[in-house]
Amino acid sequence: MKWLSDSKLTHLRAVVGNPDFSGTKYSFVKELARGGMGTVYLAEDTELNRQVAIKVLSTPEMTEDLRRRMIREAQIIARLEHPGIVPVHDVGVLPDGRVYYAMKFVRGERLDEYAAHTSSTRERLRKFQAVCDAVAFAHAHGVIHRDLKPQNIMIGSFGEVLVLDWGVAKILREAKTEDASEADTLILPAVGDNQTIDTAHGTVIGTRQYMSPEQSRGEIDQLDERSDIHSLGAVFYFLLTDQAPSDGRPRAVNPKVGKPAEAICLKAMAHARSQRYDSAAELSADIGRLLDAEPVSAYRENAYEKVSRWVGKNRFLVLLVLAYLLMRIFFIFTSRS
Amino acid sequence: MDPDTDIGGAHQRFPVTNQSAIAAARSEDQVVRQRAFDTILNSYWKPTYKYIRLKWHANNEDAKDLTQGFFADAFEKNHFAHYNARKASFQTFLRTCLDGFVANERKAGKRLKRGGDVNHFQFDFLSAEDEIAMQAMQANDLNAEDYFHREWVRWMFTMSVDTLRQRYEASGRQVHFQLFEAYDLNDDDTSVSYASLAETFALEPATVNNYLAATRRDFRRIVLDKLREITATDEEFRTEARSLLGVDVK
Repeated sequence: MKWLSDSKLTHLRAVVGNPDFSGTKYSFVKELARGGMGTVYLAEDTELNRQVAIKVLSTPEMTEDLRRRMIREAQIIARLEHPGIVPVHDVGVLPDGRVYYAMKFVRGERLDEYAAHTSSTRERLRKFQAVCDAVAFAHAHGVIHRDLKPQNIMIGSFGEVLVLDWGVAKILREAKTEDASEADTLILPAVGDNQTIDTAHGTVIGTRQYMSPEQSRGEIDQLDERSDIHSLGAVFYFLLTDQAPSDGRPRAVNPKVGKPAEAICLKAMAHARSQRYDSAAELSADIGRLLDAEPVSAYRENAYEKVSRWVGKNRFLVLLVLAYLLMRIFFIFTSRS
Repeated sequence: MDPDTDIGGAHQRFPVTNQSAIAAARSEDQVVRQRAFDTILNSYWKPTYKYIRLKWHANNEDAKDLTQGFFADAFEKNHFAHYNARKASFQTFLRTCLDGFVANERKAGKRLKRGGDVNHFQFDFLSAEDEIAMQAMQANDLNAEDYFHREWVRWMFTMSVDTLRQRYEASGRQVHFQLFEAYDLNDDDTSVSYASLAETFALEPATVNNYLAATRRDFRRIVLDKLREITATDEEFRTEARSLLGVDVK
């Protein structure tokens, strides 16, 4: 039996358990997270002397075609320049044939960790609105995420919100080009007949508790922006209840949830795609209205609720009027006596 | 004649099974229990010997006797059947038993030769001594626990490489193994690259990638199979897999 030196033991552990970064400019530091589609590692960029997060996609039977498509997906995602989308720096293939891409290493905490110590509903709503805005941007560029969940959303050290893990994203179509002046608009060449690129045909990709019904059925051809909207609704459910979505309505889990907030959540999570929000931007707008105590599109208020909301929004004015009226009554009584 | 040289060599008498030998050590069936003991013995004798040599500062003759004595005692008294997975890993349990055994033997001032001059088990102590000599050239500032663990990892990997070689030879995939040996096991030539291997073996670079990836997958599978044999519970298996390979196993 051949003796294995310490350096060979380390090497074997690295190539068997961890990716082999030889031939790249990265050196392995440690594993950060492991998911169904790949594993994220912390690595050192030896040229720029900075730490990066590297996602290595788990595709053991990698064909040349699949490798090419995955690289191109990463390239497309790399061009999604938005403050809420984690930037991709680099994409490549490891010596063992697996595709990787290097992203900004975000220091901060995941949304579920953030929620564990942030009880303010308004703060949670603001973060969620930022998530919706980032997703809306990606949708506008023809990219859907397909694995939105609290664990894939980071709150950075300065409170910035970043949507991570676009590794299972799907390219739906060419970017919308209505804003011709936008320098970074994506113009993708046609891809096959259906103008889509599937990472894994017919395979259930994502996290079941947060995925849409059509996604959990593995109907990849049916996935569009509204599948992400369902997942956004599920994330919103989590923020309202501190629980992953279940059969119970949000108010049944947390009675403090207002009816408009619940209506937004249920509309986003509607079983039928046609009943969901048409876009993440619409969902974001409703969250904005909720924050501003304005009527939301997902909920029709009765007269009492309208008054209650108006009173809640104009509490100071109402208190002022009440104080004035009380003073008037007091003066009327004292002048009579 | 160096007494080391008259002690056995590499042997393949241990059956391959994916069932836990730790659980089987409690079996009522003598045959099952014997097989479980053999598996544990095979997985731990070398780290045990090296541990006694280096951490208990025993000379090679005492270390041989103590290793033989420890396993003979464990078999006679069926110590491994008393392992409780809720208290510690099997490895920790075994090392704690070993420390107790060696301490007692030292205290009693015995110099063991169990059953007279009969060796109960056939161990390749010579290879262990060679490895200790090679390790002497490497930094070794590990504490006792870490040292035992590292030697156990080394032994697990060594056995797995040997199993892999045998399987690949039997199935006519010598080239796969030669690539693996040249790239992943070779300490001497650090200039080996996928491209140089492709040239040496007259293969496409993509084929080198694929062969190495497949071989590493098989190697990993063999390591995990061996690990499953010597862990008592799924939880311990997962913990040890993470410690051994840095991977999460479902």
